[in-house]
Amino acid sequence: MANSDRMRRATSTLMTTLTGLCTLLAVSALLVILFYIAWQGIGSLNIQFLTDRPRPIGEGGGVGNAIVGSLVLLLISAGIGLPLGICVGVYLSEIGRGKLSHAVRFIVDTLTGIPSIVTGVFVYAIMVVPMKHFSALAGGVALALIMIPIVARTTEEMLKLVPHSMREGALALGAPQWRVTLGVVIPAAASGIATGAMLAIARISGETAPLLFTAFGSRFFPESLNQPIASLTVQIYNYAISPYDEWHAQAWAATLVLMTLVLGINIMVRFLTRSRLR
Amino acid sequence: MSAVSEKFGAYSTWRRAISPTGNTGDAVFRFLMLLVALLMVGIVLAMVIALASESMPSLRQFGFSFLTSRDWNPVKGEFGALPFLWGTIASSIIALLISVPFSIGIAIFLVEQAPRYIARPVGFLVELLAAIPSVVYGVWGIFVLAPILRNYVEPGLAKWFSWIPLFSGSITGYGLLTGGIILAIMVTPIISAVVRDVLAAVPGSQREAALALGATKWEMIRVVLVNGMPGITGAVILGLGRALGETMAVTMVIGNRPEISFSLFEPSYTIASAIANEFTEATGDLYLSALVELGLILFLVTFVVNGFARLLVWNVTRQTGGVGRAA
Repeated sequence: MANSDRMRRATSTLMTTLTGLCTLLAVSALLVILFYIAWQGIGSLNIQFLTDRPRPIGEGGGVGNAIVGSLVLLLISAGIGLPLGICVGVYLSEIGRGKLSHAVRFIVDTLTGIPSIVTGVFVYAIMVVPMKHFSALAGGVALALIMIPIVARTTEEMLKLVPHSMREGALALGAPQWRVTLGVVIPAAASGIATGAMLAIARISGETAPLLFTAFGSRFFPESLNQPIASLTVQIYNYAISPYDEWHAQAWAATLVLMTLVLGINIMVRFLTRSRLR
Repeated sequence: MSAVSEKFGAYSTWRRAISPTGNTGDAVFRFLMLLVALLMVGIVLAMVIALASESMPSLRQFGFSFLTSRDWNPVKGEFGALPFLWGTIASSIIALLISVPFSIGIAIFLVEQAPRYIARPVGFLVELLAAIPSVVYGVWGIFVLAPILRNYVEPGLAKWFSWIPLFSGSITGYGLLTGGIILAIMVTPIISAVVRDVLAAVPGSQREAALALGATKWEMIRVVLVNGMPGITGAVILGLGRALGETMAVTMVIGNRPEISFSLFEPSYTIASAIANEFTEATGDLYLSALVELGLILFLVTFVVNGFARLLVWNVTRQTGGVGRAA
């Protein structure tokens, strides 16, 4: 009896220690990856690298055009994805009732889970094939499709946090529903919606797969939205799988730039919303 | 109330359906929002139609044998998806075998053990793992993980376990094992975040009851796990859906050779990496449509897998009024 009791206690201690170790390992994996990127990337990082366009092997060159290209793609996708995503969120929280809204929510959730490479193939079929060439516009649309469901769901959740008494108060004053939503509910949830938008932008700025055959890539600075455009992520991919050490070093440096952007947004959002989120 | 409904009587039925308040601005507003919501449904339908119509040549040519043929030879015009199906499923299963115990361990630690001032920052750090872009994991996989596996881990495994087919074959560092490990790191934060929400939704009375009956801490945690089992299953399937469709990191480390091998060390190929690698190089309509058909398969599989997972997670978190924030 006493022996089995000791066994139970020992098992309990062992297992609870193991869960701590699991967590420790995950956190150290993160730190190892981050420090390794910083260590490898910092060496090739300089002004020329950040502003120049790619050059042949031995001539240096940089990722300036890819940085500009990524920003252009982000602007296009945010311009399409944010308004649509917010509208869907408003529908789910304020308007939709019953079976139809359940169906829409389900569709939005499954859209989140669709592999981004499939989104790329879809945009290739509906935009690149009819236009007969790769373009920045197609890349932006692909990223927007990934962005919409994320923005929609965070907007919905943020709107649902707005107390019902605020809606009722405005309605009781005689305001129609559209004015209540646009003038009272959305402003009350604005910072939360902005947070969701920031996280969605961080997420798509790291996307590579949907750009491979929509935006394609380019070795020059962007001139037109109707032409292929470079992006930081595709550039990293191309350099990393190349056989040249010099390009590998540039891949690490570009990775450092990308990680600074993505993690910077994530950490900033975290500190801005510390009081609201758990 | 009767005056209102008399007033409504003047409006047509559809108008009332779209705007119960009878205000014109509301009707326009509600109609626009509904339109955008229906656009989402339209996008998903358009995806199915576009993918299906683009893969028509391949569907016609190969029919069902596309799924069962193991020959992928673009030069000869032979296209069979079996090697990709194998690579996709095998790498995802390896990823889940590694990541599920870890994820559940992390979730238990964060919900049941760690004090709040530790659980919050640590939980955030684990979530940051999910924020790292896929291509970054790929770079790290090529230059760090693959050499480590090639030089240290795989020779060791081959030395002691080479009698098991899993651990035989040539050692390159690029293969199922490397892809599986990278995937495991990538899905761990996703699974653990959902499991964390599920465990937090288990009522505290369950814990108190177990402890009051004399259970140790671990025995109490087991009670909680049993309670959260449907939600945990949902979380694992959600992780599976993510692993099946993950592209860049896997493409960069799995070796990209369309062969079916039971060795963990040999190069393999997944559906997503085949599309990423070959799409821009595909010459000829049949080759391209075979790749699009791979995309269609991936779309349908992940749609079903994710839908199933969401239903499971929803059922758990909805009962307690919680929102599946992480999902």
